[in-house]
Amino acid sequence: MKVKRRYLALKIDSTEKFDSREFMDAVWSAFLRLYGEYGASRVGLALIDYDAEKKFAIIRVTHTETTKVRAAVASITEIMAKPAAVHVLKVSGTLRALRKKINASGRF
Amino acid sequence: MRRAFADLHLMPDLSSVEQTRQMFLKASALGYRLIATPLPTSFSENHIQRLRGISQETALDFASRLDLKPKTPKELLYHLRKFRRKFEIIAVICESKTVARQAAKDHRVDLLNFPALDPHKRFFDKAEAELASKSLAALEIDIKPLITLKGSSKIRLLSALRREASIAKDFHMPIVISSGATTELLMRKPLEIAALTSLFDLDRSMAVDAVSKNPLAIVKRNREKLSPNFIAPGIRLIRRGSDCHES
Repeated sequence: MKVKRRYLALKIDSTEKFDSREFMDAVWSAFLRLYGEYGASRVGLALIDYDAEKKFAIIRVTHTETTKVRAAVASITEIMAKPAAVHVLKVSGTLRALRKKINASGRF
Repeated sequence: MRRAFADLHLMPDLSSVEQTRQMFLKASALGYRLIATPLPTSFSENHIQRLRGISQETALDFASRLDLKPKTPKELLYHLRKFRRKFEIIAVICESKTVARQAAKDHRVDLLNFPALDPHKRFFDKAEAELASKSLAALEIDIKPLITLKGSSKIRLLSALRREASIAKDFHMPIVISSGATTELLMRKPLEIAALTSLFDLDRSMAVDAVSKNPLAIVKRNREKLSPNFIAPGIRLIRRGSDCHES
């Protein structure tokens, strides 16, 4: 059976800049802290797009785990020991629809 | 119609106008329509008007809030008599069981809040919920400790919140989820807060109501009561003066 996915557009709120690896480390460790290795094995988390300058990222997750990813992302208070927060801008079922929504709202 | 969201426990440093303005701006950008900030009792009406001015600049509705931290039920009653008509929201930080019981049964109390760091001071139980459900008081849960605590203290807090949320649901007691944020980086979007409540098994519709319908209902009810036209629940003066004919 085909696995349904959700694409999440994320905004990093921090005065610092981080590279994609540092950002994903923060997302993974937040998820592992809350849901453990078993939960992490079900999330299907992948980084699709990352812009360090705009502090913007798109990640892909399994659709049943979207709330858990939202909670994990909301629990991030630092990245690489520097204060930060991550907000979900938009969620969509396809990458194309997500980009359309982001362009329509004009928010990065 | 789009749902309106409220954060009844935003805690900027009120001595810094700039930080307060930044936090209000952030709340507006994150999608909140109404915010409340705990104010000191020494705050004058001028101070409150200044905060209302800042909130209007940022397209937010502002509600005044007082956090009471009484040591005894008698002290709580004294403060309620003195301040109830001066603030739109009264929250009681319950640090003893007797205070928690008194707060739960007093219809002048809007929010019951329990210290997050000490599990022995979380006095919310079935008796408390039953009393509160009759007096319309809501259980307030702050999100800040959920995102700042780590390890065993976070586990203990989640366990206590799961038990309390389940009791509140059983007794149809409203739950209000607030940020408790002291800095901008601790502020979260309403739906992110709702997602965080899944950590203590609050279902999605209850979680969304806890950041929208429930807090807005408290403010609406209290504004009506504080209005000079209020006579009793359901009865209000609709006209006065020379155009009112006496029969």
